[in-house]
Amino acid sequence: MSVLHSAPKFASNDGVLKTLKKALGKNVTAAQEAHGEIILTVKRDEIANVLETLRDEHEYQQLMEIAGVDFPERAERFECVYMLLSLTKNHRILVKCSTDEATPVPTVTTLWPNAGWLEREVFDMFGVLFAGNTDLRRILTDYGFEGHPFRKDFPLTGYTELRYSEEEKRVVYEPVQLAQDLRQFDFESPWEGTEYVLPGDEKADEKSDKEEKGK
Amino acid sequence: MSVELQESLTTEGEVVSNYTINFGPQHPAAHGVLRMVMELDGEIIERIDPHVGLLHRGTEKLIEHKTYLQALPYFDRLDYCSPLCMEHSYVLAIEKLLNLEVPERAQYLRVLFAELSRICNHFLNMGAHVLDVGAFTPNLWMMDLREDCMNFFERASGARMHSAWYRPGGVHQDVPEKLLVDIGEWLDDRLPGLFGDAMSLVIDNRIFKQRNVDIAVVSREDATRWGFSGPMIRAAGIPWDLRKSQPYDVYDRMDFDIPVGTNSDCYDRFMVRVREIEESAKIIKQCLAQMPQGPIASDDRKVSPPKRGEMKQSMESLIHHFKLYTEGFHVPAGEVYVATESPKGEFGVYLVSDGSNKPYRCKIRPTAFSHLQAMDFMSKGHMLPDATAILGAIDVVFGECDR
Repeated sequence: MSVLHSAPKFASNDGVLKTLKKALGKNVTAAQEAHGEIILTVKRDEIANVLETLRDEHEYQQLMEIAGVDFPERAERFECVYMLLSLTKNHRILVKCSTDEATPVPTVTTLWPNAGWLEREVFDMFGVLFAGNTDLRRILTDYGFEGHPFRKDFPLTGYTELRYSEEEKRVVYEPVQLAQDLRQFDFESPWEGTEYVLPGDEKADEKSDKEEKGK
Repeated sequence: MSVELQESLTTEGEVVSNYTINFGPQHPAAHGVLRMVMELDGEIIERIDPHVGLLHRGTEKLIEHKTYLQALPYFDRLDYCSPLCMEHSYVLAIEKLLNLEVPERAQYLRVLFAELSRICNHFLNMGAHVLDVGAFTPNLWMMDLREDCMNFFERASGARMHSAWYRPGGVHQDVPEKLLVDIGEWLDDRLPGLFGDAMSLVIDNRIFKQRNVDIAVVSREDATRWGFSGPMIRAAGIPWDLRKSQPYDVYDRMDFDIPVGTNSDCYDRFMVRVREIEESAKIIKQCLAQMPQGPIASDDRKVSPPKRGEMKQSMESLIHHFKLYTEGFHVPAGEVYVATESPKGEFGVYLVSDGSNKPYRCKIRPTAFSHLQAMDFMSKGHMLPDATAILGAIDVVFGECDR
């Protein structure tokens, strides 16, 4: 497929995937090139070693970002995606591993000092643990916050809201009370395979159930 | 040097060596809502623990609940000093997933306004920086120039700050020809005069140099290890600019230089920004000279809406318009990481699509995260008042840092 878009153009991906797969050997469980991005999936326990190899032997000097992604339907629901940048080769790759709520991922703070806050953010937002990170505090959420807000099962409205209480002369935390339900507009075309019940349709089943019982 | 107050009246006989102070979150030099817990030995900084997140609004979560088009205005509200550069990464990420071609005029317009945003952003940062170290007048003059930029944004998009003007596939509306003429005249007449005046008060100023030269020197190795980007890495002497090395839109046709620092201190960071304004002005002039006439948005009607006039004539256009503004467009499943050179550094968007009309995950890579994290090691051993200079030279905006 020819490239039509005008997104940033870095050095060619030709042969990179092959070289990296060969260099990393069994640690790579999946490797793909799609939409112009090279994505390596590696074993969780080897992530620090893999990234060290990539940094020292393949010139990926900078760790730009660690992103967490939540896929609740998977056995290991979280993905940690490490974005690496090579200043000398002018190239980017994504390296990822998966984990669940309880299994820690080896830290990479030993390789890059800026991984500290990035790992703290993934911990804060998803609850992913990083073994070896000595400063795994929350970073973006409030002091004393509970839960991990970017998990897919965390509601958009959250659980607590705060207001200034004139009686107590301080800000108080209260459970969220919405004057009306949060509206989720779903405009996906019903002819293209969306799975939802049209408003009112759920009553049709109840009615027929009752009728059957009545008989 | 350690301060020891023995048998002091105020400490009731306790020996005090270090003390901890709270810098911010409501301090004018904290550039927004930054709280820094500082451990001081006298006036020497021993340790800094920045507490961020006071402006966290859950943008990434909100984006997951909106269609691709509805999510765009959230990007204006990240770095509200350079809103169009934030949108730029996002629209490019969508276009990369869609493999969507953007008409030439739209690419030129996007580059032009991204550079105007860069100028506008640097005015604010440099003004705040000189204000933090004690000069008042340059800030007022640069605010005057910033006002001109705001008027240009308003004439293009209708909004001064939160433009929401870039679109997947191009830009929202074409600009009036008079606006392009006025931008050209502004670059020739007004910018060099007033900006030159403001800089003449600062660049060789003895006090400004005393406050900035040799403050927070970062080696090339450290700048790389800490994930620096933008003016911070260029001040360290590494000529790394995504506009040059990984060009997007029409940056590959532009002729401009990358200013780099020699000493990697706060003064160099400031000077890199000064030179960048001049380079940005060069790029804008080239855009004005080269910009062709033509469409300003993709003609793929599944992504970009038809013209209002067409909708009055054609049923198909009406349907396309309706579908785009209710259901939105579907983006093929996949994931991309697209980073552009925002005025503050590398601003990236990691977009995961599951093939539906809403992003499955949209991770925003703020520039400030790695820079602010290095605050501790950059400030160690410096005096307390140097912290404001270091912070000013980092160029943080909390809308983007906290998201």
